[in-house]
Formats: sequence, structure tokens, C-alpha cells
Amino acid sequence: MAYNLKATTEKPERLTGGHRMCAGCGAPIVVRTVLRALKPEDHAVIGSATGCLEVSTCLYPYTAWKDSFIHSAFENAGATVSGAEAAYNALKRAGKIDHTTKFIAFGGDGGTYDIGLQSLSGAMERGHDMVYVCYDNEAYMNTGIQRSSSTPKYADTTTSPAGKAVPGKPQFKKDLTQIMVAHNLPYVAQSAPFKNFKDLYEKAEKAIYTPGPAFLNVFTPCPRGWRYNTPDLFDIVQLAIDTCIWPLYEVINGEYKLSYKPKQKLPVEAYLKSQGRFRHLFAKENMHMIEELQQEVDRRWNHLLKLCGETE
Amino acid sequence: MARKDKLSGNEAVAIAMKQIDPDVVAAFPITPSTEIPQYFSKFVADGEVHTEFVPVESEHSAMSACIGAEAAGARTMTATSANGLALMWEMLYIAASCRLPIALAAVNRALSGPINIHNDHSDTMGARDSGWIQIYCETNQEAYDTMIQAFPIAEHKDVRLPIMVCFDGFITSHSVENIVLLEDEKVKEFVGEYRPESYLLDKDNPVSVGPLDLPPFYFEHKRQQAQAMVNAKQVILETAKRFEELTGRKYGLFEEYRMDDAEVAVVIINSTAGTAKAVVDELREKGVKAGLVKIRVFRPFPFEELGKALAGLKAVAVMDKADSFSAAGGPLFAEVRSAMFDHARDTKAVNYIYGLGGRDVRTDDIMKVYEDLLEIAKTGKVKSTVNYLGVRE
Ligand SMILES: Cc1ncc(C[n+]2csc(CCOP(=O)(O)OP(=O)(O)O)c2C)c(N)n1
Ligand code: SF4
Ligand SMILES: [Mg+2]
Repeated sequence: MAYNLKATTEKPERLTGGHRMCAGCGAPIVVRTVLRALKPEDHAVIGSATGCLEVSTCLYPYTAWKDSFIHSAFENAGATVSGAEAAYNALKRAGKIDHTTKFIAFGGDGGTYDIGLQSLSGAMERGHDMVYVCYDNEAYMNTGIQRSSSTPKYADTTTSPAGKAVPGKPQFKKDLTQIMVAHNLPYVAQSAPFKNFKDLYEKAEKAIYTPGPAFLNVFTPCPRGWRYNTPDLFDIVQLAIDTCIWPLYEVINGEYKLSYKPKQKLPVEAYLKSQGRFRHLFAKENMHMIEELQQEVDRRWNHLLKLCGETE
Repeated sequence: MARKDKLSGNEAVAIAMKQIDPDVVAAFPITPSTEIPQYFSKFVADGEVHTEFVPVESEHSAMSACIGAEAAGARTMTATSANGLALMWEMLYIAASCRLPIALAAVNRALSGPINIHNDHSDTMGARDSGWIQIYCETNQEAYDTMIQAFPIAEHKDVRLPIMVCFDGFITSHSVENIVLLEDEKVKEFVGEYRPESYLLDKDNPVSVGPLDLPPFYFEHKRQQAQAMVNAKQVILETAKRFEELTGRKYGLFEEYRMDDAEVAVVIINSTAGTAKAVVDELREKGVKAGLVKIRVFRPFPFEELGKALAGLKAVAVMDKADSFSAAGGPLFAEVRSAMFDHARDTKAVNYIYGLGGRDVRTDDIMKVYEDLLEIAKTGKVKSTVNYLGVRE
């Protein structure tokens, strides 16, 4: 069936409103879109790493989750959900349950690129039938915007502050999606919530219903950490995609497929300008850094085009 | 008919696990507990259990997977030692606070550093305040028997707490002893079916586990958790009674060995109790009124019962196979002495820290402790409260 935004949004919400995430936060949009890809008749066990998403959606005695939900710690969403999936297999084998349950773990970039990388790698390598979704907002937001290995180079965070001697984070962003591709999983994809959500919805559907482990890395803006006006959320996502800072692609059983190629690739400057965390780069003495960022984006994009068989 | 066999502690515990046939086992190798997941994965490979075995990439993930599995409604087990237990630390507390009755075979080994593979109790003693029930075992038979009692205790509706079955690395885990095994059906019947009240895989009653819990409710939840540990004492005793009816083997909170008319006694945990009992027998033959108390249940701590058991003695030596670096003695000493305050205030108490990192403890070492106690009993004077046994200083 062809994708239809109206039809998918008419499905009952599985993450209810009334949670405490900030206005203009990308995370609940990502989560709701992913959950819409579940068949309404399927039950889900959803796990979350500690982070903004978890603390804002499950505060005792309330929960925004309509499905079964578990949070245990920061670095172990992969392992925790893998245990629940193991339980499902055992109880099915014992004839104690007969319904279909799908398993989805959510983690922020801190809980995924950094402290939870080992747990994620283990869960994926063991082949559990589950999806791990990283909602990547490029810093530890819950604890007050500290840098992670996902934070882009030169971004101003509270532990990579832009100062006179050091102009923000010194390192480039880690390419986690490639690390997950190297696990040879049946399904790996990079996505973002943009336009009519078709890209994210369809990737989530494939990830959830491909048997075995799947990984989704989803670009997820945070107005507090990135310093943009809340209504600009979707413009920023569009700019990240059109500058090729965040390319959309999927890797199915090792085969790369580009999901979106901008008609006109925009200079990174357009994206950097949209957010306060890059403001210091526009000081006269720092303009060469923008050039450096452009070169790295181009290098990574060209490499991806090769992998996708799209060489220009 | 019960089956007589000769087994190492690890194999005996692995057989108990096979007879329990849990839904999920998630484990990671570490000496001296490694054999348990090894034996168990062979049971899985041979189709002797229905268990889902999760060969995780670390102990942190082992306990995390156990938490996910148990919360999902599965009866779940693991095994570890020393650094493995230390790597689980964060998750031990979370398992207990989520009230998940996971069972863990804790094969006691000295905690790094320096790294050392031999036995002492620094690993599980460090986890004593994690909210887990801790039962310590002297022999292979006790380890096997206690593992079979673990789930009826942990899963009881008044308890719902995770449980550690602790026994000494190498000394108990690798030594082969005579043992009596129960029939599979008897174990199955004794342990019963796991029927959790709410669990993730109950599709019709979805539940959220592990919420953020701020000042309005956190304290109430901790109070309930504390009460569960209080309740555990009665459940442990009832389970032991039921086990005795099945096997004739008797278990309590602690074992009193030749304590009836004793004037001096040691309080001790795990396998060294066997060595110390031999010393007690030798002293008794000479007419010395020596006794021994072997702590079995350390969490919940038998505060009242132990205090009363030690009342009227002249001197007691508490033996710690772990130091707490408090500059005031080992962890067992602090708690036993506190238990003595209400009921045995006139009894002199001293502490011996012994056997760290697997340092051999022989009967003559224990004899030295009793000699010190007899001297204290005679003079009424304690020369040194905290002592280190068998160390070069
Ligand atoms: C072991 C551990 N270390 C540190 C923390 C503190 N902590 C909680 S959430 C968090 C950052 C979360 O960042 P991320 O995963 O990117 O999620 P976000 O809040 O950005 O959505 C940190 C550092 C913790 N809870 N546990
Ligand atoms: S701080 Fe950022 S990530 Fe966290 S809830 Fe607010 S907008 Fe979302
Ligand atoms: Mg983040």
C-alpha cells in the first residue's frame, strides 16, 4: 500500500501526549513515527536508555507509553531489550504465550554512540529480533548539553565550550551508522523526520518487520541544545539533508541504497547559520573552519555515493 | 529415589539449574564460576532444558538482560564472580528496586585489585547493601540445596527480591564431594511454576517498568523494598521447612555447632566453617567448651536471632574473609557486634580478617583464634579487637 500520511496518523497513538519533552523537540516526533509503523494488532515491548526521552515520558506514577515499557539504566538499552526478547522466545517455546510482540529499544546519542555502544553491539551481534533506534540529538541533553562522540566538530556544548583558545568540540562526529553496517545486520538505515515522514515511517516498518536485528539512526533536533526557534525544527532537518550533513540511506543485507539525493546540494553554511551552537564560526577569524567542515562533509558524502553506486 | 553422586560445587549448581529449567540464563565467563554457564550451555545444546541462553558480551549486559527477561515474565538466572559481580553493580541495585526475583550463583573470589582468582568474600560482601537476598553455603550439598530453594524464596509474593547463592571459589566450586541429588520431578514440584503478577509480555495489561521516581514516591518504594527484605526471613524459614520435609536436610538462618554449653565461639561464613568445626571437635575432646556459629543467611541479617544465640558466651571471634577498609574491622564483624548489643552485651567480641586472596587457612590458624578467645575468657581483657590472621606484617 502506498504511503499516506493521513492514514498513518489516524492510527491510535502509542506514545500519548502530556509527556514532558520540550516544545519543538524532535525526539517524540521520531518515536511516534517509528511506533506508527507497528501493525495495530501487534503488541510491543519498548525499552529506553536513560536520557531526555525516558525521564520525560515515564515519571512515576505516570507513563506516556501505551505498550509495555522498560527503562533500566543509561548504557544498556540493547542488553535490556535483548533479555526481554529472549524471554519472549522461551515463553513461546513453552507455550505460555501465543501473541506477536515486537521489540524496540530507543537510546539517545550518548546512550548509543558512547556509553551504550558495547551493549548495542552485543545485542545486534547476537541476532535478537529487535530494532534499536538511536534518536541522535548530538549531545547529552538530559544532563545539560555536554558533548558526545556524535556532537559535530566545532559545536559549542557545555563540555566543549567555544572559547578563545578552543573553538568548540575539536573532533569530527563519529560515524555510528557505518559501525552498525559493519555488524552485517539484515537492516541498517539512517533517517530523519522530514516532509511527510515517509522516509522514517517506511524505514521503521522495514526495521521492525525484517526478522533479526535492525538499527536505525535518526537525526533528531533539540531546540535547547542546538539553539534554534522551536518552529524551525523541520527547516533545520531539511537543511541537514540538503547540505548532505545527514544523508538518508539504507543498507539491506550489506547492499547500500541512497534514499535521497538533493537536487541542489547546499553549502554547509546554510545549516550552520540556523543554530546558535555554531554561531562563533561566523566570526571573521573562524571562517576557515566552515571551509574545513565543508570539506569533511564532501568527503563523507562522496564516499557514501560510491558505496551506493551513485558516483557522480 | 534420590541419586547419590560425586560432583564439584559448580556442576552441582549447574544440575540444580537444569532441574529448575529456567526460561532465560544470561551469563559471561569468569573464573571460578565459568563452569556454570559452560555446563548449562551444554544442557541447552543437548535440548535438556527449554531455556533461552543469552551469551552476553559482559556482566553488565548479563544483569541487564536478566532484568529485561525477568521483567518480561521469565524465570531468569545467571552466575558470576569477583570483577564480574563488580561490573554488575549498578544493575544489582536496579534489579532489586524493580523487585525482580532473579537468581545468581555467586562463586566467591577476591575482588581486584590486585587481580587474583582465588577465594575470599570481598565480591559479595561489597554487594551486601544492593538489596539482594544473600545465602552462603559451606558445602556442595548446601550450594545445590540452596539453589533449589532460591526461587520459592525470591518469587514469594511477600518478597519479590533477587537472590544470590554464594559459595567459595575453588574450595567449593571445584572440589568434588559426595552429594545427594533430588529427582527432576521433585525439584520441579518443589520450585513450582513462575506466575508473576505483572510483566512486560502480558499484552493485555501493558506495564511500565523502571520509571523516573522523584521525592513524592521514591522513599515509599524504598520502604516497601526494605519491608520485602524483612519478610524474606520468614519465607526463607518456611522454604527450609518444606525442603526438610522433602529431603530430611535441615536449614536455618545460621547453623549452631556445639553451641549448647559453649563459652567461646567463632562466627564464620562458607567453607572455612568446615575447617573450624574440626577444631571445635578437637577442643571438645579436650573438654574445652568451644562452639561455632555459621551464618547462612546474611541478607536479611538475622539480627535478633544471632544476638540471642551469642548471649551468655564469654568471648566471640567474628571471622571476616573480606576487609571493608573502614579501619574498624570487617563487614561481618560490624554487623555481628551490633547484633550482640541488645542480647550479648557482656560477651567480648573480636574480629579476625583471614584468607584474603585465597591465603590458605588451616586448623592451626583457627586453633590460634580459639586460644586467643580462651585467654580473653580467662582474663576478661581484649588485647586487640581487629586482627589479621595468617598474614606477614
Ligand atoms: C552510568 C551513568 N552515567 C551517567 C548518567 C547521567 N546521564 C543521564 S542521561 C545522560 C545523557 C543522555 O544523553 P543522550 O543519551 O544523548 O540522551 P538525551 O538526553 O540527549 O536525549 C547522562 C550523562 C547516568 N544516568 N548513568
Ligand atoms: S532538552 Fe532537547 S532533547 Fe531534551 S526534551 Fe528538550 S528539546 Fe528534547
Ligand atoms: Mg543526546
